[in-house]
Amino acid sequence: MSTDTLTEITRSLVECEPDRTAELTQEALENGEEPLAIINQGLVPGMEIVGEKFQTGEYFLPQMVIAANAMQQAMALLEPELHARQQVSESAGTVVIGTVKGDIHEIGKSLVATMMSANGFRVHDVGVDVAPAVFIDRVQETRADLLGLSALLTTTMTAQREVIQAVEEAGIRDQVKVMVGGAPVTQQWADTIGADGYAEDVVAAVQLAKRLLG
Amino acid sequence: MRPQFSVLSDDLIEQIITEGFELLMDPGVRVHNDEALELLADAGADVDFQSQIAYIPQDIVEQALETAPSEFYLYDLGGEPVVHYGGDSVQFDPGSAAITVLDSETEKQRAPVTADFVKFVKLVETLPQLDAQSTALICTDVPEEIGDLYRLYLALLYMRKPIVTGAFRKDTWWTMKDLLVAVAGSEEALAERPIAIFDVCPSPPLLWSDLTCQNMIDCARYGIPSELVSMPLAGATAPVTVAGAVVQHTAECMSGVTICQLSSEGAPIVWGGSPAAFDMREGTTPMGAVGTWMIDASYTEVGKALNLPTHAYLGMSDAKVVDAQCGLESAGGALLAALAGVNMVSGAGMMDFESCQSYEKLVIDAEIIGMAKRLIAGVEARDKPIALDLMRKLEHRADYLGELHTAKWFSKEQYIPSSVIDRGSLDAWEKKGRKTAWDRARDRVPELLASYEPSTISDDLRNELRAITLQAARTFGMEELPPLPED
Repeated sequence: MSTDTLTEITRSLVECEPDRTAELTQEALENGEEPLAIINQGLVPGMEIVGEKFQTGEYFLPQMVIAANAMQQAMALLEPELHARQQVSESAGTVVIGTVKGDIHEIGKSLVATMMSANGFRVHDVGVDVAPAVFIDRVQETRADLLGLSALLTTTMTAQREVIQAVEEAGIRDQVKVMVGGAPVTQQWADTIGADGYAEDVVAAVQLAKRLLG
Repeated sequence: MRPQFSVLSDDLIEQIITEGFELLMDPGVRVHNDEALELLADAGADVDFQSQIAYIPQDIVEQALETAPSEFYLYDLGGEPVVHYGGDSVQFDPGSAAITVLDSETEKQRAPVTADFVKFVKLVETLPQLDAQSTALICTDVPEEIGDLYRLYLALLYMRKPIVTGAFRKDTWWTMKDLLVAVAGSEEALAERPIAIFDVCPSPPLLWSDLTCQNMIDCARYGIPSELVSMPLAGATAPVTVAGAVVQHTAECMSGVTICQLSSEGAPIVWGGSPAAFDMREGTTPMGAVGTWMIDASYTEVGKALNLPTHAYLGMSDAKVVDAQCGLESAGGALLAALAGVNMVSGAGMMDFESCQSYEKLVIDAEIIGMAKRLIAGVEARDKPIALDLMRKLEHRADYLGELHTAKWFSKEQYIPSSVIDRGSLDAWEKKGRKTAWDRARDRVPELLASYEPSTISDDLRNELRAITLQAARTFGMEELPPLPED
C-alpha cells in the first residue's frame, strides 16, 4: 500500500502532475509514511527519471521545471515533519544564487536555482539586481557552500568580479565556492576574475555545483 | 487560418488555361506512341499518324479533366492510407533518380551502389518529416537496363512508407508492376491500395515520347497512379516568361491527363512538374532559382483550379557541397511549396540540380520540412480566452516555463529540431567541437540508421521479389544480383 503511494509519487513527478504530487505526499504522511522514505523512495527517483529524460532529449525545460516545482512543493509539506522528528533530508550543499547589481535578467538564474533545488541543494535565491553586500550577508547567514552569480550583459559581468572581491574582503573566500554564468560569460572570464567555475547551461551548472562540492 | 501563397490572379489562371486548350489544337501535341495516337483518334482528335501529331479538341480534354479523380491516397506497406493527393495536403519525399551520391568522407560525388541506396531508404524510414520514399539513387553495380526496377526492388525490401518511382524503359515497367503486385498481393489489391506512383515526363515543348507515354497508359490500365512531370525550361525550351512557361506546362499536362483518361477512365493522375528558369549565364537548369519556384507555384495554382492533385520538384539546391547556398535554396523552395499547398514535394536530399543525393543534406532538409509543415499548420487560439486567465494568474512574474499551459502546448506550438540545428550557447558549441551543420548532419546519419526498424515483409515475399528481379537481371546478362548489405 505505502509502496504503491511512493511509486505513484514518482510517477506523478515524471508525468508532470504537480497537484497530484502534493496530494500524494500529504496522503503518504497521513498514512504514517516516514518523510525520509517519501523523499528517498518517492521524490528523488522521480527527479532522477525526469533528469534522464531531459538528458536523452525526450523531455524539455518545461517538464524539468514543473517537476522541480512539484518537488519543492512536496518538500515544503515534508520539512515540518522532518523538523518534528529532528531529521534532515540529505543535502548536496547550500547555495546562494542571484543576478548581479545593475542586471535584472531573471530566467537563467531562476532556472539554475530550480534545477539545483531539484537536485538536492538547499537554494537561497536572492533575486536580481543584487548588491555585493547582500550576497555576503546571505552567504554568512546561511553558511552557504556555494555562491552563484549570474550576469547577462557585457556591461554587468564586471559586477561578478566586484562580488568576488567583496567575498575576499569579508574573509570568507575559503569557505565558499563561487560559480559564474550568463550569456557573455566564458571560462576565460571566470579564470580572470578568480571564480571557481563556470557553466554554459543549466545542466552543466548543476554538474559543476556537484563537482565543486564533491 | 492556414497561411497560403498565391501568385496568379483568377484572370491570369483563366487565360493560361484557355491558351493551354488552344495549343493542343494548334500546333497540337507530338505523341510518339501509336497506342496513344489510336486512343486520341478514336476519341475524335485529329491525328496525323505520319508526323505523329495529335490535334485535341477542347471538349475531349475537358471530359478527361472531369473524369480524372480530384483526390486519392497512397498506402504504406501496412495498408494504411498515409499520403493524400488532393486538396491542400502537403507531403514530402526525397528527390529521385540521382546519378551520384555525395560521399560523406570526401564530400565528393561518386557513383552509387547497392549499399548506398539501401542506406538511403533506411534513412528515409527514420525521418518522420518525410512522408514517402522515392527511388532516389540509380545503382551502378547492376546493368543500366534494370537500373529502374532494381531501385524499386531494393526499396521494397526495406521500406514501409509508399514510394514515388518511375520506369526508364517500356519493358521494365512490367517487371516493376510485378514487384508491386507481389507486395500488394494481387493486381486488384494494388489498384485498390496503391503503394507506388510513377513519374511520367513529357519532353518540352509538347512531346510525349514513346516510353513515358506507354508507362502512363500502362499505369492507367492497372489503376496505378501516375504523376505528370512537365518540365518547361523558361527561355530555352519554353517561353521565358513565368506565365508563358506555365502555359506550356498546362498544355503538356492537359494532353497527359487526356491520354491517361482515354486509357482508363478515372485512373489517378497528378498535375506535376519540374520546370526551371533557364540560367542565362551558365546554360543550366537551376532548381534553386526564385523564377523556378514561381513557375512551380503558378502551375500548382492552375492544377488546383482544374481540381487535380498536384506535385512539384522543390526544396533542392544547385550547390555542389552542403553549404550556405544549399541551405538557402532548399529552404526557400520547400517553404514555398508548403505555402502553395503542393500535395507531393519531391526534392529532399537532392543537390547539384537533380544529379546528386546526399544523406547529410537529407537530414538537414528534414528539419526544413519540419519547419515548413509547422508554418502551414498556422496559428491557433488554443485556449479561450487565449491568454487572459493565464497572464492574470501569473501577474508580473516571468514563471511561464513552470506552467502546465507551457508543458501542454510547447511541442505543438514549436517545431523542435534535432541536433542538426544548433541553438546552444557559443560556449556549448565550442565545447562540442565547433561543428558546422554539415558536421552535425554527418554525426546524425549513423544515429538515425541505428534506430531503423527492419521491414517486416516475409521471407517468402523477399524471395519472390528477388526471383522477379533476378529474372530481369539475367535478361540483361547479369547472372547474380549484388549481395545485400549485411545487418
